[in-house]
Amino acid sequence: MIRACLLVSALVAAVSFWAGTAPFARAKPVDKAQGLAAWEQVYSVLTHPRCINCHTATEYPQQGDERRRHVANIVRGPEGKGVPGLNCAGCHQETNADSTGVPGGHNWHLAPLSMRWQDTNDRPLSSAEVCRAVTDRSKNHNLDGPGLLKHNEEEPLVKWAWSPGRHPDGTARTLPPLTHDEFVAATRRWVEAGTPCPTGK
Amino acid sequence: MATYQLNVNGQRREVNVDPSTPLLWVLREDLKMTGTKYGCGISACGACTVHLAGVATRSCIVPISHVGDRPIVTIEGISQDSVGRAVQDAWVATDVVQCGYCQSGQIMAAVALLKETTKPTEKNIEESMGGNLCRCGTYPRIRAAIKSAAAQIAKGGA
Repeated sequence: MIRACLLVSALVAAVSFWAGTAPFARAKPVDKAQGLAAWEQVYSVLTHPRCINCHTATEYPQQGDERRRHVANIVRGPEGKGVPGLNCAGCHQETNADSTGVPGGHNWHLAPLSMRWQDTNDRPLSSAEVCRAVTDRSKNHNLDGPGLLKHNEEEPLVKWAWSPGRHPDGTARTLPPLTHDEFVAATRRWVEAGTPCPTGK
Repeated sequence: MATYQLNVNGQRREVNVDPSTPLLWVLREDLKMTGTKYGCGISACGACTVHLAGVATRSCIVPISHVGDRPIVTIEGISQDSVGRAVQDAWVATDVVQCGYCQSGQIMAAVALLKETTKPTEKNIEESMGGNLCRCGTYPRIRAAIKSAAAQIAKGGA
């Protein structure tokens, strides 16, 4: 009996030591309030023109910080890539073309209408509305929290927002309000909190 | 300066140009293929449209360094293609052209449309041709010629 108690005590001590050892310690859980705060940081990026210009609710993409309708009567097309004779790829190449001021990236296209972050009058949706859309797996290509984090961390067109090239006049395009690392970190905190969304409209 | 090996209308061409030079100016100035026109220079009018790997492309804003090994087809080579031939024939039969400046770009866009959409609706035509401007206002004849070409292609005449 004494030996059994000693064995249990030893095991408890070992587990306690193991759990408290820094390399194996679990990160402090992110609570809902922290998650919501992190989401607001994510939202500030999603509604920046480098991102939201291709998350329209209309039949056309937008351009510029003033988010004007894209020149040349460009339309969305069935797959968000324009239409025959007027495809996105007819101008937007695999990389930015700084000598002519045309941005580029792999598989340049509009986000699907299910991922619209604006209304049909080109006004950004509220933080709560965008959050609900982003976390709705019937709208977001069935991405769970880790999937959303991976998307924000690795998707080439997401990353393009931080290297958007230059305007035809040589000036640099503006960047989102966070760095990409900060954006990914905020997304991670939000995901760790369980992707909470603000309440209300 | 850099040397580029291009495939233009099925022919191998070599040019030595600044990498930032738009494809349009390589075609017009270096290869002396002046059928492709300079209109706005900012991809807003469509006069400079060529096909790059089959995609109707605004050559005025694509630096030559971005072309790679993708085949280029210009208005000078479009008649080698059956759809291209049908469109050109329809253009002539319908007497589309007025001043003609925009028409090479119009034809290149129309061919791209008909290669993917064999029975284009009014909406298809409006959307696909909406980026090609014509200051003479030949739009009704352009639409008629596209429909005529589509009918000819459907009959197997192209």
